[in-house]
Amino acid sequence: MWNYHKRKEEHNIMIYWQLFYEFFKIGLFSIGGGLATLPFLYELADKYSWFSREMLINMIAISESTPGPIGVNMATNAGYSAGGIGGGIIATLALITPSIFIIMFIVKILDNFKENHFVQGAFYGLRPAVTALIASAAIGIFKIAILNMPLYSTTGNLMDAIQYKQLILFFLLVFATNKFSNIHSVYFIGASAVVGVIFKF
Amino acid sequence: MYDLAELFYVFAKIGALTFGGGYTMLPLLQKDIVQKYKWTTYEELIDYYAISQCLPGIIAVNTVMLIGHKQKGVPGLLAAALGMIFPSLVIILIISVFIENFMQLEVVTHGFNGIQVAVLTLVINAAIKMWTSGVKDKIGIWIFTISLAVFSFFSFSPIIMVVVSAVCGIIIKERKNTTS
Repeated sequence: MWNYHKRKEEHNIMIYWQLFYEFFKIGLFSIGGGLATLPFLYELADKYSWFSREMLINMIAISESTPGPIGVNMATNAGYSAGGIGGGIIATLALITPSIFIIMFIVKILDNFKENHFVQGAFYGLRPAVTALIASAAIGIFKIAILNMPLYSTTGNLMDAIQYKQLILFFLLVFATNKFSNIHSVYFIGASAVVGVIFKF
Repeated sequence: MYDLAELFYVFAKIGALTFGGGYTMLPLLQKDIVQKYKWTTYEELIDYYAISQCLPGIIAVNTVMLIGHKQKGVPGLLAAALGMIFPSLVIILIISVFIENFMQLEVVTHGFNGIQVAVLTLVINAAIKMWTSGVKDKIGIWIFTISLAVFSFFSFSPIIMVVVSAVCGIIIKERKNTTS
């Protein structure tokens, strides 16, 4: 019994180290705010058995519907899935650690940082690439939320590949979120949950 | 010490009241940081926010770190950052513990399947917003297309994409400057 606990503890400590390392990297390389950490979390889903890509979608919903910066919420959520409460805390602290050092450095050269031509050049290239990363994440979510690949691969019938109820809701939401862009996304998430329950998605 | 506690408290309050972080936080920052506590001017706040967008990491956390540093140096920076993430930690951990117990229920599965569609829409909207603010010309469209193809078909790390695209951007801009 004691041995089992000891082994579990060692296992946890290893996960903590991995979490710190991975989320430190995310904090260092994710630029653009909001969902910018998403492509990195996708990579973690493939690399470790901490959480699946599908679980990540639920985490986005929770992070968007609760207070606080989305990137921080995502880190806490993902860290919890990997290593419980300790994992959530470590992932979040690791995420902001690179920023601490970067800000300490930036305040020294603050005045002409944004006007620096290297910084502007870097962003000229970065912005389209980050847009592509988010777009690719959207394609991944489309496959899980709208398509039904497991059913398609068993029946081979192309009609089975699409979940029509979900597709209709998707078109309605694209229209509604752009038409009523001042309504907070938490309401769209809530409404979609209700629709999902009523129509048995 | 009291000043640090105050920094922690004010940013924890703002963190607990803003949904989504980033620019949704600006009105609250303006009300508390600029008007009530007079820690920065409105112009400084906008500058901090603009600079934070250009830095790696979470924009909201970067912004409050700059404010905290202006107030109390490195300890102020740490107090502000910890204050900002504190509500997220508490709220998300509580929710995570509860959701684990509910996930087996069929009703919850249906609900989350519906939510997935909403999340898809939100992510697409985020990509569109980034496109309109970040893809300005033909070169931008090329970088977008190549990045999307590379990232979709090969399992490239996003880190490599970020570094390579930044370097490409610098090279293209510098060459433009020297030729014109």
